[in-house]
Amino acid sequence: MKKIILALTTSAAVLGFAAAASAQDKTKICFIYVGSKTDGGWTQAHDIGRQALQDHFGDKIETPFLENVPEGPDAERAIERMARSGCALVFTTSFGFMDATIKVAEKFPDVKFEHATGFKSAANVATYNARFYEGRYIQGVIAAKLSQKGLAGYIASFPIPEVVMGINSFVHGAQSVNPEFKVKVIWANTWFDPGKEADAAKALVDQGVDILTQHTDTTAPMQVASERGIKAFGQASDMIKAGPETQLTAIVDTWGAYYIKRTQAVLDGTWKSEQMWDGLKDGILTMAPYTNMPDDVKKLAEETEAKIRSGELHPFTGPIKKQDGSDWLADGAVSDDGTLLGMNFYIAGVDDQLPK
Amino acid sequence: MGIVEAILLTVVTAATPLVLASLGELVSERAGVLNLGVEGMMVMGAVLAFAATQATGSPYVGILAGIACGALFSLLFGFLTLTLVANQVATGLALTILGLGISGQIGEPYVGMSGIKLQPIAIPLLSDIPFIGAVLFKQDLIFYLSIALVFGVNWFLFRSRAGLKIRAIGDNHASAHALGIHVIRTRYLAVMFGGACAGLAGAQLSLVYTPQWVENMSAGRGWIALALVVFASWRPWRLLAGGYLFGAVSISQLHAQALGLGIPSQFLSALPYAATVIVLILISHNRRMTLINTPACLGKPFVPDR
Repeated sequence: MKKIILALTTSAAVLGFAAAASAQDKTKICFIYVGSKTDGGWTQAHDIGRQALQDHFGDKIETPFLENVPEGPDAERAIERMARSGCALVFTTSFGFMDATIKVAEKFPDVKFEHATGFKSAANVATYNARFYEGRYIQGVIAAKLSQKGLAGYIASFPIPEVVMGINSFVHGAQSVNPEFKVKVIWANTWFDPGKEADAAKALVDQGVDILTQHTDTTAPMQVASERGIKAFGQASDMIKAGPETQLTAIVDTWGAYYIKRTQAVLDGTWKSEQMWDGLKDGILTMAPYTNMPDDVKKLAEETEAKIRSGELHPFTGPIKKQDGSDWLADGAVSDDGTLLGMNFYIAGVDDQLPK
Repeated sequence: MGIVEAILLTVVTAATPLVLASLGELVSERAGVLNLGVEGMMVMGAVLAFAATQATGSPYVGILAGIACGALFSLLFGFLTLTLVANQVATGLALTILGLGISGQIGEPYVGMSGIKLQPIAIPLLSDIPFIGAVLFKQDLIFYLSIALVFGVNWFLFRSRAGLKIRAIGDNHASAHALGIHVIRTRYLAVMFGGACAGLAGAQLSLVYTPQWVENMSAGRGWIALALVVFASWRPWRLLAGGYLFGAVSISQLHAQALGLGIPSQFLSALPYAATVIVLILISHNRRMTLINTPACLGKPFVPDR
């Protein structure tokens, strides 16, 4: 039933868009969003990037977008409509749009595509992603400094490498401060359900965690943390408004500079398919101000951030053991990107069994 | 506060919107009208309740706004399906889509704003009872309303004359019409009651469950409420049991995960649905009783003879 509705909504949205879009001289840079542009998290961060792009180029471009496009067959139709309507470059901003993007790209060799967080590319499909795990490492360091029980709660969405990588990085960062640090994980099996995220947060607090972090999209966990008087980390966007006395920091996605750079390449005719995976040093992700913590913790967080920026510290530096006790990285060894992008195991210290 | 008490408190919060929304739909369906727009009415109630609370600073005004908004929105459904005799399934779906869209539009300025939470009211003496006191008698107004409504609707449908008329219309609208019962007028009222309940459920979401507004915040609860009505075979008590069972299993699975019991999380996530379906099938295994309870004219349009 829900599928049907989504299908209807999308088709309606697509038709509406097609009618509104008329042929013009401006270069069209198009966006496909999985959520609402005001979700306060993931999609909002992309939309802020889109607005930065529009402001930068002004009248030279236009930036139509489609919101709430479900992952699956509807995505393919939505992307195809965009491509057909004369877009020069289409940004598809969710992992689940990967196969749809590749399929549509085959039919429209002259249109350029950029897919966020995926691992499939083509001559006219580039990928872009941010090293979110760098921010999670810093969060881990802060959590271990502040948690009196040495126990944090982690609300996860789906067991994909991106999320598993985040949990591991958080734990490894925390253990660099307190080797005994533990994390409890709840898989919400959704990106977006405020009620369920709040319930998960409550369950974790009831079981004794005193720091919360999340890899889901709404501010509900932040709100529960404020209510229960513990601290928490924001996700994808700065969530300070939901917890002025609760948020320690947040990983903020800042896509604007990348969108401007790639659009410039299209305008100049120099666009090439690339696999971009940048981090803190390139400004594709930034940390929200470090708040609600003592000065020494803030200082340590800033130092850690500086070290990651300068390349002095890679969050996944050995020695690291896997959860089952086997060795993963030797002392001083650094993980390669391939292992991270396909991460399907926990490191030691995670108090959870990874769903298969 | 013990862990069990904490779990029960969370269960109550999770179950209340389901009970409210499905109770309203139950009355509407007992009158023979299938309104698939619960999700849309709920999310409209949520956004209006939030907006009214922000404007006045009082969540009680918010509750009223949620109820009024749900009822008014359902009136649109009533006009299309009862007066213009449009297809109920299609109109209900449209109502959901419309509700999700309009609420997103109305709610745009409220995104990211911290809401005002509806505070619990402790009932003197009763709230001092150890254990159940905190869970049952130190709750917010919407919870008390939900329980009172289950009692009220059960009495109304099966013990009052008006309730008998509603059931008669749902079972055979032609005969009811021949007996001089106002089929269309009664159905309008039933549909509006359903809308008001869904609006109240929405208000619970944005004032109690997660005091904030995010687009699409009902996240499918309207559909669960619809399913509950069928599985409860249109009986208010079963509906209450089903709603709480669903809530209890949903919350327990989160705790099971946090305890690290090593049960696959996908299985645990599916558990509330599976458990509720199985239990409600078991309690309604008597086919004859189920048939008696099913409104025979459910979803059928009624056009009075001239």
